[in-house]
Amino acid sequence: MAGPVLEVRGLSVGFADGRRTVPAVHEVAFTLHPGETLALVGESGSGKSVTSLALMRLLPPAPRTRVTGAALLRGRDGTVHDLLALPDAAVRALRGDRIAMIFQEPMTSLNPVHRIGDQIAESVRFHRGLDRHAALKRAEGLIERVGIPDAARRLRAYPHELSGGMRQRVMIAMALACDPAVLIADEPTTALDVTVQSQILALLKGLQRETGMGLVFITHNLGVVAEIADRVMVMYAGRIVESGGVVPVMTAPRMPYTAGLIASVPRLDLKGGEMVSIPGTVPDPRAPPPGCAFAPRCPHRRPTPCDEAVPPLEAAGAGHDVRCRRWAEIAAAAAPRPALEARA
Amino acid sequence: MARFLVSRLAQSLLLLVLVSVIGFGVLHLAPGGPMAQFALVPGMSQAQLAEIAHAMGLDQPLPLQYWQWFSRLLVGDWGHSYRDAQPVLAVIAARLPATLELMGAAIALAVLTGVTVGVLGAVRRDSAFDVLSTAGAMVALSIPTFWFGLVTIYVFSVKLGWLPAGSRATVGDASLWGYVHHLIAPACVLALVEVAVWSRYMRSAMLDVIDQDFVRTARAKGLPERRVVLHHVLRNAWLPMITLAGLELPTLLGGALVTETVFTWPGMGRLFLDSLGYRDYPVVMGILMVSALLVLIGSLMADLVGAVVDPRVRLD
Repeated sequence: MAGPVLEVRGLSVGFADGRRTVPAVHEVAFTLHPGETLALVGESGSGKSVTSLALMRLLPPAPRTRVTGAALLRGRDGTVHDLLALPDAAVRALRGDRIAMIFQEPMTSLNPVHRIGDQIAESVRFHRGLDRHAALKRAEGLIERVGIPDAARRLRAYPHELSGGMRQRVMIAMALACDPAVLIADEPTTALDVTVQSQILALLKGLQRETGMGLVFITHNLGVVAEIADRVMVMYAGRIVESGGVVPVMTAPRMPYTAGLIASVPRLDLKGGEMVSIPGTVPDPRAPPPGCAFAPRCPHRRPTPCDEAVPPLEAAGAGHDVRCRRWAEIAAAAAPRPALEARA
Repeated sequence: MARFLVSRLAQSLLLLVLVSVIGFGVLHLAPGGPMAQFALVPGMSQAQLAEIAHAMGLDQPLPLQYWQWFSRLLVGDWGHSYRDAQPVLAVIAARLPATLELMGAAIALAVLTGVTVGVLGAVRRDSAFDVLSTAGAMVALSIPTFWFGLVTIYVFSVKLGWLPAGSRATVGDASLWGYVHHLIAPACVLALVEVAVWSRYMRSAMLDVIDQDFVRTARAKGLPERRVVLHHVLRNAWLPMITLAGLELPTLLGGALVTETVFTWPGMGRLFLDSLGYRDYPVVMGILMVSALLVLIGSLMADLVGAVVDPRVRLD
């Protein structure tokens, strides 16, 4: 089957704050193909989690939130459904079946009073209409598939009897219960130990190879991005500021913000180097800067053109987009001494 | 589990002894007493009074009186009522079923109504229903039970004539409906405060759970909202309510005392007030011990049930 499994167009989200609406996400658009991994990168408050929750229709309903745009999910029979326009019941039928999500906190994301087998079986029972016995049988297979030993016995375990890594595996088993075409993983490894992190990443990659699902991987960890992603989308203050293939974006970032993020990843191979960080903080969404949202923190800022208006997303290469008015200028100035070589 | 039970039983016994000491002390400190009753009998001489006091053991020092009562209690002799010389246990046993019936009906009513109101209030937070039920609970909590009982009798028995004004049954009418008909008003009156308490606790317990991560997980699975609320939210939210049931038992017993008096309900509460007025020490002490026992059993049951329904709790 050719074509994307998920296509997001002009997704904007605003939260009601008294009488006005505070914008959280502006005009996010992307496509996701089967078997592809898209990393959604940004700091806390950049809008990456809100974007994913909006796609899952898990945000509080209107009027507390305002969601506009379209999110076209290809159904099992090839028909296309707009997740943002469907009635609640129709969304529920797709959620957990065609599109699934795993969350950051495995410790609190499982119901403490139900056995994990029942929690995994629950979604198969609802979406596939299996009886409890058949659903538990399937849950056992899923538990095995996500690498939990002694599956038959673990079916009867309660969440508090499992470690964080095991719980995240259970979450993955739960999300994969109905073979979704799209899996959204919202910082699934952030709360885990480093060794467990790479196990979970390897597990996700392996499962993706088996099932051909599209993976939206949300993270603030660029090390993880390099390991797992095909394409990267960097968000800042609710907007996509750079997107493209993982190699061009990571090796030749065009947006100063992306460059700053990459430079601030601690590196062992640069001895004596100072820890680099981006000065300042994310702007208050209730009072955004008039021009580029990153301008107040940007080392390349010029009042003209940076503060004039929000820059558009422009093409900086094949499939490589950037939201910066000065990207070409900056790239040209840096050309004789590319950033990565200069540091070596 | 066994260790938990043993230590709980030991604690309970200690508490029962404490209750008996305090109850006995307070009872005898109160002015009046059985001798004051006998003194009112015309033609009773001082010598006769002293003889009666001696025969009843009331002339002995208080600690000794306590010890005599307590040591007999240990071998199952609860003493005899001063009023009709009946064994205390028989007197209480004759009244206990009526009280248990009233309390049982009130608890069932309070839990059903309170839980429903609380769950709906939490799910439809800030809706008209939520605001009204919150206001209603505040009003219910501030209404004294005896006053509400009297108003109920005035409206439903005197004015409308729908419900009997008191007692447990009509003489000669042994039908089930006869009993239920008599039970409605006192059970509702006794339940009122409990409904308010339960609905408030249930609402806040639901709100504590409703925003938790695992509820979002349940929604992400695509479950119907009804299943999310009942199977995932309520299943967690009612755990603290089991403890509440144990804690509310003494309040309910106190309420039963008032309700039984207002509705001339032939239960233990009314017997307690009557016996207190009569300074019928053995019966008062007996009821005190039975009530304390009920409360202790109730809270032990609450802990046991709580441990059974919450897989994270281990008793030891």
